[in-house]
Amino acid sequence: MIFKFPPNCFFFSPSVSVLLLVPSSSLLLQIEDIVTLIQDEAEGVPIRTVKSFMTKIPSVVTGSDIVQWLMKNLAIEDPAEAMHIGSLIAAQGYFFPISDHVLSLKDDGTFYRFQAPYFWPSNCWEPENTDYAIYLCKRTMQNKTRLELADYEAENLARLQRAFARKWEFIYMQAEAQVKIDRKKDKTERKILDSQERAFWDVHRPVPGCVNTTEMDIRKCRRMKNPHRVKKSVYGVTEEGTQSQSPIHTPSHHCRKGTKEDVEKEIVFLNTQLDRHCMKMSKVADSLISYTEQFMEYDPFVTAMEPSNPWTSDDPSLWDLETSKEPSQQRVKKWGFSLDEALKDPAGQDLFLKFLESEFSSENLRFWLAVQDLKRMPQQDVAQRAQDIWTEFLAEGAPSSINLDSHSYERTSQNLKDPGRYSYEDAQDHIYKLMKSDSYARFLRSNIYQDLLMARKKGKSLTGKRLTGLMQSS
Amino acid sequence: MCDQTFVAVTFGPCESCGLASPLMNIYVKTDPLNYCSFCVEVMACKGLQRGETLTSLKNESESLKKKLEEERVKLNDVELHQVAEKIEVLGALSLKTRRVLKGHSNKVLCMDWCKDRRRIVSSSQDGKLIVWDAFTLNKEHGVSLPCTWVMACAYAPSGCAVACGGLDNKCSVIPLSLDSNENLAAKKKSVAMHTNYLSGCTFTNSDMQLLTSSGDGTCALWDVESGQLLQSFHGHTADVLSLDLAPSETGNTFVSGGSDKKSNVWDMRSGQNVQSFESHESDVNCVKYYPSGDAFASASDDSTCRFYDLRADREVAVYQKDSIIFGASTVDFSLSGRLLFAGYNDYTINVWDVLKGTRVSCLFGHENRISRVRVSPDGTALCSASWDNTLRIWA
Repeated sequence: MIFKFPPNCFFFSPSVSVLLLVPSSSLLLQIEDIVTLIQDEAEGVPIRTVKSFMTKIPSVVTGSDIVQWLMKNLAIEDPAEAMHIGSLIAAQGYFFPISDHVLSLKDDGTFYRFQAPYFWPSNCWEPENTDYAIYLCKRTMQNKTRLELADYEAENLARLQRAFARKWEFIYMQAEAQVKIDRKKDKTERKILDSQERAFWDVHRPVPGCVNTTEMDIRKCRRMKNPHRVKKSVYGVTEEGTQSQSPIHTPSHHCRKGTKEDVEKEIVFLNTQLDRHCMKMSKVADSLISYTEQFMEYDPFVTAMEPSNPWTSDDPSLWDLETSKEPSQQRVKKWGFSLDEALKDPAGQDLFLKFLESEFSSENLRFWLAVQDLKRMPQQDVAQRAQDIWTEFLAEGAPSSINLDSHSYERTSQNLKDPGRYSYEDAQDHIYKLMKSDSYARFLRSNIYQDLLMARKKGKSLTGKRLTGLMQSS
Repeated sequence: MCDQTFVAVTFGPCESCGLASPLMNIYVKTDPLNYCSFCVEVMACKGLQRGETLTSLKNESESLKKKLEEERVKLNDVELHQVAEKIEVLGALSLKTRRVLKGHSNKVLCMDWCKDRRRIVSSSQDGKLIVWDAFTLNKEHGVSLPCTWVMACAYAPSGCAVACGGLDNKCSVIPLSLDSNENLAAKKKSVAMHTNYLSGCTFTNSDMQLLTSSGDGTCALWDVESGQLLQSFHGHTADVLSLDLAPSETGNTFVSGGSDKKSNVWDMRSGQNVQSFESHESDVNCVKYYPSGDAFASASDDSTCRFYDLRADREVAVYQKDSIIFGASTVDFSLSGRLLFAGYNDYTINVWDVLKGTRVSCLFGHENRISRVRVSPDGTALCSASWDNTLRIWA
């Protein structure tokens, strides 16, 4: 089942009077479009008065009607999905079951009613606890079984009575006034309005255990637009001295308006982009597809693992294998995809280094690794290390002298006057390209690599020991 | 020259110097100018340069944008999903919840995997950071932080420390001790300082540097040991909500996404914004590189996820559906880049076929918004963090 509410409750506390605002307005506009269309006489669901047991239930529609409509109009194939999104729209406060406080959509004959636009979340409601107290108080004054307080509501009322002990008389008076106003209304209208009012409170003071959809991501709060800077009361109650601005609605700091300098920078940026050489989409698509296809055999979500995925089988052998000294043939194969892949894997890096040592040309890789290290050092160690690298690899008579073209050499030696973590960028790039085009290609053809790559193919005759021996002796 | 008094019609940021002050509303030729009185004087003294008013600059910028769009469109000879028609359709994905991590008492806002592929660090609105062995469900460390809404957390590459931050505007590093009795909170060290909330943080291939993003509109690179600011990145015009480091061994770039609807690619060495993408219709909540580093995906409040290629310098796919109307908060790729996992504010995780553009699966289970999804380092599992106070492992 998709929607299960956990047994342990989130307790409503009257002291938490600042509930954060509704979600982003573009979402609400979209929902409102849907909700408007669904109530349309021609295109929407059949909303009607249902006769039941000596009484009439005005303005309702069944859950399954809503589910069917959502499936048709939002191109949903699975009724479960339609129920889920319907439940979310209900939880936001746009329609509700007439006989339940829990706002969810069921795919059956349960009756639902649509919320009045007055109560829509887009009106930026932030109802105060005094309003809620008035509402609960009013409910107790009306002698109707359908308006009896649920347990959690009775608890809430008790808490509010304690919290507002000193102004309870005021609240009581307001509740009485509301009851008087309500009595004047037509019976059918009252039924509808009462249910809509209850649904409003189900959104803003949800049943314990239900998600409070009025909670907002605090990162987005600052920029919420609330045209009503002053908190408004559902019952038109204005209290002495509480016409203050909501603490959330501090003057929103909008995007910085572009100054002349900003636009000048933008123009420079755009010109750089125009000069950029870009690839055609067809080439890009081919490149993305071939990369993904190459790695799909390594992707546990796409290809079954051998041994099994530890998370599904509860057996961590796969991990034990990977951390052992012997790389699998599949892993060794990956080193052949690109120099980047070989260097990314410590075992691949090791083997490549061994190969280069056998050719007496390991200084290039050792330089590249040293520069990678340099970039990862704490700031205070950088200058010294940069100097050390120069001494080891580039200075006159350096023990591990690398070959740089004169241009790079000049530039690098200039950089060393003020040594920093990026002093060797140019040189490192040059050396990387050299390794890629020259030594790496030979490495892939070498015995040391090929033996390891082919080894497992020859069957289970090779034990782990012998394989390690192969790696060590080559 | 004495100060002239004038009737100020508007008050606001000067179009020349940007400072808020009473503005003189004058016209140069037919272009309106709103400068503060000082800048008007400066301009008058310099003599009017070749119509370089804000309006004419804006016009130049607009025409360059149009030209750039035209140039890019020329290269758009085919759509990704069209070329992808030739590849086989994926088999049915049967992902189930394999673990549920319970322990936080409020919304889980962020999580990160350890390189050992089984440990996880998570942070929550309850002000707590928990380090779990997700395989055994064992809680290995718990740290109580002084602020609530810890929106970002990251595991150090060595596995010996974690970083975190949020409403405190800082990013702190906490070394993980083997002694379970030690009070880790006491060893917390502030590294990054921003002027607004910390939205994201990541270590850069070593425990020694930290990259952060903030609600103050900037990203920054810090030296962990000294707390020194190594580089700052300016360009976003609103909160930066997310960042991701390029995966390549030779990479020196990262991508960031912000409330200004833009995704920017930055060079870590120079602080320069090297590429920018703006096609979302609302806040970009999350950005993540495709495994090769040549492309990235983003999730937005406009309920879509989009795929951008850096070589083509444009958006190459949009992942959307009529039935998905809630914002997408987080994305991550599977190891090969074939699948995109996206978490939404409608409590679900949709799994997209990156190349074909279709939805492959929908994961239900969480009871509130998804704040973060992350694939494990060896690609064997997906972890999701939610406002329902739990984390789930899917495989």
